[in-house]
Parts: sequence; structure tokens; C-alpha cells
Amino acid sequence: MLIFVNGEPQTIEPTTLLGYLDALAIDPRQVAVELNLDILPKSLYAVTHLKDGDRIEIVHFVGGG
Amino acid sequence: MLQPTDKLTIAGREFSSRLMVGTGKYASMEQMVRAITASGAEIITVAVRRVNISDRSKESLLDYIDLKKYTLLPNTAGCYTADDAIRTCRLAREAGLSEFVKLEVLGDEKTLFPDNEELLKAAKVLVKEGFTVLPYTSDDPIVCKKLEDIGCAAVMPLGAPIGSGLGIRNPYNIRIILETVSVPVIVDAGVGTASDAAIAMELGCEGVLMNTGISGAKDPVAMAEAMNLAVRAGRLAYLAGRIPKKLYATASSPIEGIVT
Repeated sequence: MLIFVNGEPQTIEPTTLLGYLDALAIDPRQVAVELNLDILPKSLYAVTHLKDGDRIEIVHFVGGG
Repeated sequence: MLQPTDKLTIAGREFSSRLMVGTGKYASMEQMVRAITASGAEIITVAVRRVNISDRSKESLLDYIDLKKYTLLPNTAGCYTADDAIRTCRLAREAGLSEFVKLEVLGDEKTLFPDNEELLKAAKVLVKEGFTVLPYTSDDPIVCKKLEDIGCAAVMPLGAPIGSGLGIRNPYNIRIILETVSVPVIVDAGVGTASDAAIAMELGCEGVLMNTGISGAKDPVAMAEAMNLAVRAGRLAYLAGRIPKKLYATASSPIEGIVT
């Protein structure tokens, strides 16, 4: 299925958000995720199944002033 | 000596250091860590950006920062509308699990001056949502008063444009802001060298926030230590109470008993 992550199209196998983050070696504690413009609480990562056409933003902290 | 009781209090939280530092533009994470340590800062700013999902080789900032030791202050750098800034703050809260945000809404790419209209709009929403809002603003006492009335935990007027190193360009406005608001006044942006930081503190500001002044120095770790000392020296001088300025001399030695 096709989802959009940080603006980029990505073809993935069905999985949960946590499964998707794990596959990318992203530490879920260090990020925030928007699913279709709504912030998804961390407690829901493991039970949220990604759907075709989902738009996801994954952000983290970087150096800044 | 600065008394250990002289603390910076923001939204009920106490900090021993009055210097806040950024984490941007260092040559390496190791250099950043050494500079932050030398600065003595307890509050450090970070930016919120998309994770690079195609290249996972990049190091993660949070792997280098001890969250038990430091309070993160996520910023909304790069936001030009209230809506973008609000969205970034909500993401930052979810990522960092803290209510502290450095709210900046920029009006112009060349000067990076704040868009105060959008800033006030964003501050209103964020305060209602329970954020501890520290807004980067113009050195405008009226805007600062409005930010305080909205419920911001501090006001952070610029000393000069971000990254300019021009120092405190309008100390008189900073003085008026200090008389106008009762929340902490923290000079944010413009500090180029140690004396700039000392001047901000001598004026009576509660703190100073900087990034480029340290990270852009030839030796950022040494400059971080200089800023640490300058902020403490400036604070101490403010508390000590300087002598009034006079046009003519006043002798330091006794007039009586001069050998003639």
C-alpha cells in the first residue's frame, strides 16, 4: 500500500506505526508523529494500523537556537 | 559571590544558570556537548524538524543530551504563521513531553524579525492549551506587555537580529520593558561577545539566550565559558548596584594631608 511520510510517497507492507518506526530504526521515544494532521499519542503507536493513503509526519529535535 | 538563592524562576521552576544556549551550527555533536557544559546552561533550545527517513545514518541530537540534567526548550524557528508555530509546538510537546516552548513567528527572511501580530495570535492559543510560552519578540514594551497579559511565562526581546552579533542595540527599550512587565525578561538574539551578555544582565534582565554567539566563535567552548562568566558577572554587578555616572571626577584618595 501507498502512504506519504514527510511528504514522500512510500510503498509499504501492512504494519502498525510502531512497526514502521522499528523498521526504520527510529526510537519512538525521540519523535512525534502526526497522522493525517492529528498528533498521535505515543501510547497509540503500537495499536495504530497504517492505512492506504495515510499521511504521516515524523519529526524530532535537531540543533537550533 | 552570587548567592545560591539567586535563582531564575520561570513558571514556578527554578534554574541556577541565567544563560540559555542553543544547539545549532556546531562542528560536531562532541563540540556542542563541550560548549554546553562550559556554558553552565540548564535550559537548551532545540529545533523541530522532519526525521530523514531515506538516510538513517545521521546522529540523533537526543543521544547526546542528558535529559535529567537539561530542560529542553523547543523552538518554532522557521515558522512564518501562527498556525505553523502552533502545529510545531504541539509536535514538540509530544516529542519532548514538556510544556516549555520558545515561540518565534518570523516576519521576514532577511532580518528574521518577529511578526508580532502572528506571535500574539499563536501565544493566545498556546497559553490556553497549557504551554509554558517563552516568546521571542521585538524590543517593544507594548508588545511585551501584551504577551505578559496573554499569560506568557517570560518575554524574550531581541538584542539585535538573530545571528548578527550586534549586541544590545537599544538598551533603553530593554530598560522600559523591564519596568513594564513583571515576568522574567530574557534577551534573546544578537549577543556577539561576552560584554554584550554582561550588558543585558547589568540592565537587570533575568537571563540571556544565545546560539551563534557561541557556536560561531573560533573556539566555541572557550566562548561558552566566557558567556557563562559574563552572565554571572553582569548579574552580580546588577545586584551590587553600580555607581551613578557623572561627568566630572570624584577623587578616590583623601583630600586632607596632602604633602605640600
